[in-house]
Amino acid sequence: MMEKSAISDPFEKARLEKGVGEMDDQNDPVTMVLGHKDVRKCAHNWKTYQSGAEPGRIVIPSEVNIRDIRQIPFEVDPPMHGEYRALVEQWFKRPLEADYQAALEKQIGALVDEVLTKDSVEVIKEFSLILQSRALTLLFNVPFSESETWISWGTHVFRSEGNALDGDKANILYNYIDNEIEKSIQNPGKDLYSVLLASEVNGRKLTKEEVKGVVVLTFSGGRDTIINAVTNSIAYFSEHPKSLDKLRKEPELINFAIEELIRYFSPLTQMGRVATEDTQVCEHAIKAGTRIGLNWVSANRDASVFENANEVVLDRKINPHVAFGFGTHNCLGATHARQILKVLIKTLIKKVNSIEILDAKENIETLGEFKRKVGFDSINVKFN
Amino acid sequence: MTKITFVTSDDNSITVEGNTGNVMELAVQNKIKGIDGNCGGVCSCATCHVHVEPKDWEKVGAPSTMEADMLEFDEKVSDYSRLSCQMKVTDAIDGVVLKVAK
Repeated sequence: MMEKSAISDPFEKARLEKGVGEMDDQNDPVTMVLGHKDVRKCAHNWKTYQSGAEPGRIVIPSEVNIRDIRQIPFEVDPPMHGEYRALVEQWFKRPLEADYQAALEKQIGALVDEVLTKDSVEVIKEFSLILQSRALTLLFNVPFSESETWISWGTHVFRSEGNALDGDKANILYNYIDNEIEKSIQNPGKDLYSVLLASEVNGRKLTKEEVKGVVVLTFSGGRDTIINAVTNSIAYFSEHPKSLDKLRKEPELINFAIEELIRYFSPLTQMGRVATEDTQVCEHAIKAGTRIGLNWVSANRDASVFENANEVVLDRKINPHVAFGFGTHNCLGATHARQILKVLIKTLIKKVNSIEILDAKENIETLGEFKRKVGFDSINVKFN
Repeated sequence: MTKITFVTSDDNSITVEGNTGNVMELAVQNKIKGIDGNCGGVCSCATCHVHVEPKDWEKVGAPSTMEADMLEFDEKVSDYSRLSCQMKVTDAIDGVVLKVAK
């Protein structure tokens, strides 16, 4: 029987035979690029495959119908992209600082202590969402109590139950952000909003709209993805107690384990780009104005790059995965994400002997002819 | 001890010493600006990219196929690019000068 934590690769055949896969998305089809090298090549070529298209369009499923605000620096092309990125780069490296790590250790330690007292824990709602929301207060440098509001929004900020995009739900987030920006204008502090409001780009202050663009990106980019990575990690360690033992005995392997788990889970399936000219991928014509998808999931299972690509090799030494994207637009929140996983693993090693899966409901996404397991809709476990 | 000199993007020259591990780790320990080593040294993040001084290229040697593949589409690649996480700190590279790509 397949392990509950296993995630198979639905793209292998198409990757080997054609190099691309087709899917529709709200009548705006996507040609998914599947091979590791092709994905890297297209990600690198930002002139032909742009991010600065209509806001929301490079996200799959497309958010054009529920979002007008441009996410920054994510939906901006070079050279302006680099100006914005330089503004926020240092801020997003704060997770490397000792007191950030200490605060994260305290948060995650307390949460693990709490779930250890329960007979059954639904990991997504009662663990991962809480962990992600609390950790995000550190990235924003706002009071811990803000996490209660964010937790109350549920797991998806753009989606209701099921996968339908939900404009009303998105508005809750946008109104909240407008409010927070106004508060920081009135009372500047040391939070991300205030830092952005005081920042300059090309010799002028960032506009409110630009500040909002960065903030929306910070909320949306690191929510589902981190919840997915944390939940899948718990499922993996519950079915592989020996892996947790191995890391307990050889903590120097933790860094390798983090990268390997991120490769294997690849929480973000793909990211879109819009072609600026008629071109081709793997001899497949791409028309100007249409979309491609940089399929990180498929690239991360490419057997020409990864030996035993469909297995978790916890101490994989060479691991050029693209789970955080590739090239100029690579993930701004990667440092935060890696630090969360590092602290999570260290905490599990210290406090948890075993994790038992009581029941689990898989979350399967449909991408044209492909069905990919992303993780879980719900998973109940007992921490021991 | 092996001496390695890093030249950062703001033209600071810093010489550090080590005898174990890889060059990225040595740079991170010494807080060399522009070397982050985000992925911990598995050849994924390219935040340890350096340009080897041409005179030192023989000492350092060419990248492996995998490393070269990752560098191929890097924004700042040159003929003398290496990912420093893939360079071991040994006597063989004593005295080399590495320009930080970022």
